[in-house]
Amino acid sequence: MNRIPLRFHLNDAEIGEFIDSGTTLLSLLRDKLGLTATKSGCNQGSCGACTVLINGAPQLSCLVLAARCEGKSVATLEGVSDNGTLHPLQRAFMDGFAAQCGFCTPGMIIAAKALLDRNPDPDRGEVIDAISGNICRCTGYEPIIDAILAAAAEMRGGKRKSA
Amino acid sequence: MLEYSSKYFAEERNQSLHEVGVERPRSDVQGHVTGRTQFYADRNFPGLLHLKMVRSPHHHARIKSIDVSKALKVPGVVRVLTAADIPSNIYTILCLIQVEPNDEPVLAFDKVRYKGEQIVAVLADSQRAAREGAARVKVVYEPLPAVFDVEEALKPGAPLVNEYHGRNWFTYEGHHCRRVRHGDVEKAFAAADHVIEEKYQSSPIEHAPTETTGCIVVPDSNDRFTCYSNTQALYFTLDNSALILKSPFHKLRLVGGTVGGGFGGKVDVIVEPIAFLAAMLARRPVKYEFSREEEMQVSSPRAAERIYIKDGVMNDGRIIARKVRLYVDAGAYSRHSPYGTTKAAAHMPGPYTIPNVWVDSHCVYTNRTPSSAMRGFGVTIGDFALEVQMDKLARLIGMDPMEFRILNAYRDGDLKAHGKETTGAALVECIQAAAQLADWPIGERYKAMSSQRKGA
Amino acid sequence: MAKQRGRGMASVNYPTGMNLGGDPSQALIHATTTGSFVVTLSSVDLGQGLKTIMAQICAETLGIPTDNVIVDTADTDTGPHCMGTFASRGTHRIGNAIIMAAKEARAVLLEVAAEELEVNAADLETDGKGNIQIKGSPGKSISVLETALAAHFKHGRTISGRGIFLQPRSYPEPETGRMTPATCYAHACTVAEVEVDTETGEVAVLSLKSAYEVGRALNPRMVEQQIVGGAWMGISHALYETTEPYYPDRAHGPVDFNEYLMPGPGDLPKFENVVIERPAPDGPYGAKGVGEMTANSPIPAIANAIYDAVGVRIDSLPITPEKVLRALKAQAA
Ligand code: FES
Ligand code: FES
Repeated sequence: MNRIPLRFHLNDAEIGEFIDSGTTLLSLLRDKLGLTATKSGCNQGSCGACTVLINGAPQLSCLVLAARCEGKSVATLEGVSDNGTLHPLQRAFMDGFAAQCGFCTPGMIIAAKALLDRNPDPDRGEVIDAISGNICRCTGYEPIIDAILAAAAEMRGGKRKSA
Repeated sequence: MLEYSSKYFAEERNQSLHEVGVERPRSDVQGHVTGRTQFYADRNFPGLLHLKMVRSPHHHARIKSIDVSKALKVPGVVRVLTAADIPSNIYTILCLIQVEPNDEPVLAFDKVRYKGEQIVAVLADSQRAAREGAARVKVVYEPLPAVFDVEEALKPGAPLVNEYHGRNWFTYEGHHCRRVRHGDVEKAFAAADHVIEEKYQSSPIEHAPTETTGCIVVPDSNDRFTCYSNTQALYFTLDNSALILKSPFHKLRLVGGTVGGGFGGKVDVIVEPIAFLAAMLARRPVKYEFSREEEMQVSSPRAAERIYIKDGVMNDGRIIARKVRLYVDAGAYSRHSPYGTTKAAAHMPGPYTIPNVWVDSHCVYTNRTPSSAMRGFGVTIGDFALEVQMDKLARLIGMDPMEFRILNAYRDGDLKAHGKETTGAALVECIQAAAQLADWPIGERYKAMSSQRKGA
Repeated sequence: MAKQRGRGMASVNYPTGMNLGGDPSQALIHATTTGSFVVTLSSVDLGQGLKTIMAQICAETLGIPTDNVIVDTADTDTGPHCMGTFASRGTHRIGNAIIMAAKEARAVLLEVAAEELEVNAADLETDGKGNIQIKGSPGKSISVLETALAAHFKHGRTISGRGIFLQPRSYPEPETGRMTPATCYAHACTVAEVEVDTETGEVAVLSLKSAYEVGRALNPRMVEQQIVGGAWMGISHALYETTEPYYPDRAHGPVDFNEYLMPGPGDLPKFENVVIERPAPDGPYGAKGVGEMTANSPIPAIANAIYDAVGVRIDSLPITPEKVLRALKAQAA
């Protein structure tokens, strides 16, 4: 395997690393950079626990070669809460009892953030679509959907979509 | 939507509680939503070795030879472990509660009894090297006839799955199954208005926690070893590991408690003993985690069960006899199945008062992945069979299924089939509450019944 | 060819704790110098929320706010023995151990407070907000913090307690199966409404309406988590899940979440639930184990609803479209 240089933006920091060419983004984040909020639930693209944003779009970091992130901007859950201020999605997951074991939660929040960043006023079906690649074995999904809708409403200034 | 009903049992409830009975935020949830909750695999250790298992491609085979020489030549492979390295290779998880005999090798050596059984552990600097090394271990097998059906396995002449038992079933104090005998079912069948017998079947179910089973064992500076694990039971794991390693108990330490879902799948003690040993021999931290594929096909599932229920019922709705033959497909080894099979027997005939009950509950060995505990262990599949059977009985005699269940539901003071008196019953009230919630009409007579006294 | 609706029901009970008992758990509790209380365990939180519930039970028994309790768990070097998290045993077994430990700690807390206030410990009560006061005259009081400081630095006493809970092991009588499997049982009843597509064999669960009897809901929102998550798993077991789709044939086993089917967020029914409580005399504040049971009643309720809808019985799990179609075909023949 070749060692190759890699530069990219990670949660607004500039990263420069030498990596093995076969390294996945997930492995780079967790094993090399020590950013462990992003989880590995399958390492084969079937669970969504490793979801991150690449240039704003949700991607499964276990399937992305780190080398493909050259010059791109990657966002993980570590970057979502600014200086300890929780994002409305995080607060909504807390208030809505939308996490049990918490293992799916980082991927869920990132997938939801990707949705709300491009569509601040999603309906229930759009929320369901946005998280349908993310497996949760604990919650039955309903509290997660409700929490995302509640966060969206809060971010719009408490205005509820006419149901 | 959830509502709390104070309509029932109000006089039994303590009304002066402050910290329980009220909503409190989860103490761990901020960690979950920020990704700071530390699961076992969120720890990084310098020099970490990865463990990859060589597994049986056969359901049942004799092992003729094992050649690891090519694996050892793979760059990055540090060493391999075989059965010869395990101080006490044959174990059974429940030996701690006196379940016998030891019937499962940590690493297979003479025979494999299910597809996926672990044979050789390869330790390497990277996952890739460990995988590559595992692929180069050469095992020569002589395939043997396998048995997959629980009733086939019980027949004379069926292939013997597990020599440690000497037969394809677990023996309960001299009996080939766990028995419950209450009243006289045959006499009652003769007196019943209707007798029906039905068969129910389930297939194995995976726990599918989003975090797969795994652990990291780290040697510390004073010849002790710490295992960061997602086990559901720390001491179970510690004690079994020490017995397998013939290690003093105090040399081992388990740290865990934060788990990405268990559902019963992380009660087995599979990854820790071998990781402990690997760390002891290699003197480096070792990680053994199941891939998703291993979690799906190699980790214990919920057992498949086959259940025959024969009932005698009267036209007035009373069930007077229930005879149950239940077969738990334990797979190749006991793990928790002897316990679950007894629990299944104890659960019969369901939450109903039936004066004549006969149960034979079998724990059967077959050549499949050993099954083990899962949410509702010993009960979930039994409930499926019982409650579909109840629906059939109600329709058979033309009764409403809710009223039929209320009529037969156990009440305080009733004798259960296993000989205990019923206390704290609340099935009648649950049915009444569900009927109300679902607008399911039930007669006034049934609305007035209670678990606390016999209804009219 | 049509979509046909039906409804069915099922009722179940579930034993709390390891079958036949013999499964102890311990807890140790001590006060810090500043009146926080640390509960030391070796118990495992799988996501069901054990850490939160144990803090609440400790706080209730001590008479202090839950926020002042720290749960330190799951290190065998420090935590006393726990049998493990399974068999719906955590809340009941560990909760009872904590009550025992907290009662011992509370007795010392009140003794030290009594010395400080120069009254009888028997005349003291906690106000639940972090103070200890004389019964009936809340004016005369001392805070838990001051009491803890005094215990450490003035009286040289440890405000601590030890707890264990053991339901003694029952050994079944081999001939008759006479035994004591459990001391308390939770209950549930579910009504399922389904729609069966007779063309594809697919089953959609439209609603699950359930009543659960849980002894005592120690944290209602967390009971709700178990109920909704469990009911979802019930649907999943009823209609989708297996590692061996052609059991007892071993072929075609799924190896990932693309092949191992479970209902997704778009496949949810309407959940409506009601909780009733009949406290267990031996449960911590009456609580029973409820986590496992919640998956059980939906499965047969769905199977019975399918029969109600289309008149075929599928007596094997999971109830796949293939099985439904084959049964409909046999029915038509
Ligand atoms: S870890 Fe990437 S999808 Fe599961
Ligand atoms: S909270 Fe456990 S997997 Fe979603």
